[in-house]
Amino acid sequence: MIVALLLCVMALLALAVAAVPLAGSKFGRPAIYGGSLGITGLATVIAVAAVGAAPSGIVLPLGLPWLGAHFRLDALAAFFLMVVNLGAATASLYAIGYGRHETAPHRVLPFYPAFLGAMNLVVLAADAYSFLLAWELMSLMSWALVVSRHRDPDNLRAGYIYIVMASFGTLALLLAFGLLAGPAGAYDFTAMSTAHLSPAVATTVLALVLLGAGSKAGLVPLHVWLPLAHPAAPSHVSALMSGVMTKVAIYGFIRIVFDLLGTPTEWQAVVVLALGGATAVLGVLYAMLQRDLKRLLAYSTVENVGIVFIGLGLALAFQADHFALGAALALTAALFHVFNHMLFKSLLFFGAGAVLNATGERDLDQLGGLIHRMPRTAFLFLVGCGAISALPPLNGFVSEWLTFQAILMRPDLPQWGLKIAVPADGAMLALAAALAAACFVKAFGISFLGRPRSTAAAQAHEVDRYSIAAMSLFAALCLLAGILPGYVIDGLAPVVHAVTGARMPVQLAVPFLSIVPSEAAHSSYNGLLVFLFIAASAWLTAFAVHRLGSHALRRGPAWDCGFPDLRPATQYTSDSFAQPIRRVFGTVVFAAREQVTMPPPGDMSPARIEKTLRDPVWDAFYAPVAGAVNAAAQLLNHLQFLTIRRYLSLVFGALIVLLLALAFWQ
Amino acid sequence: MLLVLALAPLLTGVVRKVKARLNRRQGASVIQPYRDLRRLLGKEVVLADNASWLFRVAPYLIFAVTWVAAALIPTFATGLIFSWSGDLIAITALLGSARFLLALAGMDIGTSFGGLGASREVMIASLAEPAMLMIAVTLALIAGSTQLSTIAEVMLNFGTLRVSLAMALVAFIIVAVAENGRIPVDNPATHLELTMVHEATVLEYSGRHLAMIELASALKLLLYVSAIACLFLPWGLATGNAGIGAYAIGIVTYLGKLALGAGALAVFETSIAKMRVFRVPSFLGAALMLGLLGVLLRFVSRGM
Repeated sequence: MIVALLLCVMALLALAVAAVPLAGSKFGRPAIYGGSLGITGLATVIAVAAVGAAPSGIVLPLGLPWLGAHFRLDALAAFFLMVVNLGAATASLYAIGYGRHETAPHRVLPFYPAFLGAMNLVVLAADAYSFLLAWELMSLMSWALVVSRHRDPDNLRAGYIYIVMASFGTLALLLAFGLLAGPAGAYDFTAMSTAHLSPAVATTVLALVLLGAGSKAGLVPLHVWLPLAHPAAPSHVSALMSGVMTKVAIYGFIRIVFDLLGTPTEWQAVVVLALGGATAVLGVLYAMLQRDLKRLLAYSTVENVGIVFIGLGLALAFQADHFALGAALALTAALFHVFNHMLFKSLLFFGAGAVLNATGERDLDQLGGLIHRMPRTAFLFLVGCGAISALPPLNGFVSEWLTFQAILMRPDLPQWGLKIAVPADGAMLALAAALAAACFVKAFGISFLGRPRSTAAAQAHEVDRYSIAAMSLFAALCLLAGILPGYVIDGLAPVVHAVTGARMPVQLAVPFLSIVPSEAAHSSYNGLLVFLFIAASAWLTAFAVHRLGSHALRRGPAWDCGFPDLRPATQYTSDSFAQPIRRVFGTVVFAAREQVTMPPPGDMSPARIEKTLRDPVWDAFYAPVAGAVNAAAQLLNHLQFLTIRRYLSLVFGALIVLLLALAFWQ
Repeated sequence: MLLVLALAPLLTGVVRKVKARLNRRQGASVIQPYRDLRRLLGKEVVLADNASWLFRVAPYLIFAVTWVAAALIPTFATGLIFSWSGDLIAITALLGSARFLLALAGMDIGTSFGGLGASREVMIASLAEPAMLMIAVTLALIAGSTQLSTIAEVMLNFGTLRVSLAMALVAFIIVAVAENGRIPVDNPATHLELTMVHEATVLEYSGRHLAMIELASALKLLLYVSAIACLFLPWGLATGNAGIGAYAIGIVTYLGKLALGAGALAVFETSIAKMRVFRVPSFLGAALMLGLLGVLLRFVSRGM
């Protein structure tokens, strides 16, 4: 199977090469996206089959001559390959229709299959060299896609910040692998996992991995590039970057920390839990304040990565405590959320792309009323909003429910750091879930409901059938994973067992397709039954009311407390909708201030309201670094304008200093 | 399931009656809400010109979701047939779904009132829902399960008082007041721009749609009173395979608890003034902090 998957990667890379001449032609787009769809669809099927199969490996005579390129397919890799390829296949399907509006296809088409191939390669790689090579390829290809619309200066800036952060992340990973490989230079993963590291080295590796994989996944405070770069790319690539590439980063974290690093300590778990909690809440607060639809979705990705890391942190805590069942539950919750987030975030980005196509607008305050013009997209986007807001009976709720059950699993953890961090994370998770619901009420309500706020929104049109098909597939999967979670959990069991050595109870053995977190707890949840109850009672009530009560209907102007104003500008905008939450949370976190300037009586100038927000992460971490770099550059700037004598004496001085240093050192 | 549906308007009627009597008014009969509902159901719907399908579907879905949530709460006996299909977390999330739909329905017409109601509704929810989840976690840590029936049974055989439990109770009452839009958070009997939240959201509804929304709010009130009764005052609940006698006792005590809850709510509402909207977050923040403190206490010490 691993050979077949590697052949798929080869085919994707070949497709990328073929795309260079094809991009200009009429058949380029359907051929490239269709080809990607076929290859990744096939790879999805292989990956699903490989989840339960025995691990297999292969060494190819590529790369470094004395090392070769190791590839390995185990349950963990197979699961992430499934996530990657399912997301990629559906994005390709979507792009067959969406890509029609691409103004410069030759800047997108060649990089797209290469990006897909690189993500597959990261998951398949089993030695440090090929892992880093694939990782860097993935970063570069996605960077090329981010700057594909390079005439927009914002996109260029996003691309610049992205490439800086990506290089920094790869550097951190390179150092982490260096430490893991040790002085002997054991670069393949099997050798690394058997090596014993001192606690100090293990902690350093964890910190480096949090920097490297965390920056790619979007952990606060390393998330700054993500909400700039993800929306800048074409929408199907945004969906891939948010829905899939962050998952590859999470794979990297799990692979190194759970597989290669050995048993974690409690403090490491506390660090991961704290970062996860902060990421979840800050991400969704940022998202709430955005008025750009795609940027809102990108910030919400940050939140969901935080939720995944809460699950991973819990799993680490339980592993440190040698409580395998708890670790299995927490890891299942995290992986379930990985799968869920791939589904609904891709779906939402597809929807945002459809809106962008139909209206040319990403600004929420220019949208409105799209539910009338784009009924199908509106419905599918609504499903995605419900799923990401963790509403039962959809899938987002199940993974958050499982995370809560993992929090409840072990109140008697022995270490006091965890005693504080675990319940605090519970509160963070609850807060993030509630704020996410508020955020997506805003996203859907402002863009699809109400009255159109611009002519572009008033003249929107429904999108093509490829896009609708891709969105329908993911919306259906969101519902299915929500009402039949037992199948997903049992499907994850081999993966979880391979990593933690334990698994959750067999869910399909529980009567009526309920799910239970463990045999000991008496908690259960039945998505199917909840769904059926809701559907049946809603339908029966509607039927009874129409039958027994009245079914008369009259259309009239809106009531609005007797104050009808037909101008759409009187509607709530995204900023006014977020204002209560901005005042409640933003004054503390973002130092949000509002200033109203009222003209004095008799003055005809308009009243103004100004709001100011500060980004605490940027102020605390990036502004000092950027300032220091700038100051150093200013200092070094003087060196550019020296005479030749001074340059020569500089060189001479440097030589003397180095020789002296050498002499003293010996 | 039908019991809660039948009792919900009565509870609202009783609360209104007690409030009226406390104000030295005669007040409408306790069965007035039933009459209101029948009248609304018989009337035609006046729909705004640009209302979408979401606006028309939402009332039925909101009602159905609230009903399912209410049906998951043990009223007079713990051994309900489908109680295993959802726990306290699921009930909270179901109410979250209802609120999500309600806020969207409020924004559908595109009036300023609808947006105002929806935006305040989600602001209140963004604090009330985590508080509720923290309460669920506290209770689950005491009882070892998030399932309501199990928690009620544990509470029933429970000797000692615990600090975390008291905190959870106070937090639960605050959340219940806020979630049901009662004074001091919201006033269910006003149409004044500065104060209304829930009423602004449902302003455009009429006829049978409004009836569904009203019934759903009545159900929600009953749900919270039943939940407090079942979690903190579980005495009289029939457990397991009890006989007819135990069920009869259960029903009688349940009705007694409802009457008690209605009376307490009416007294509370009459004796307190409405808050400014931006005072509400600190009120709810207190609930969230109490819930979190309860959880922390449980994590730090099993005895608390």
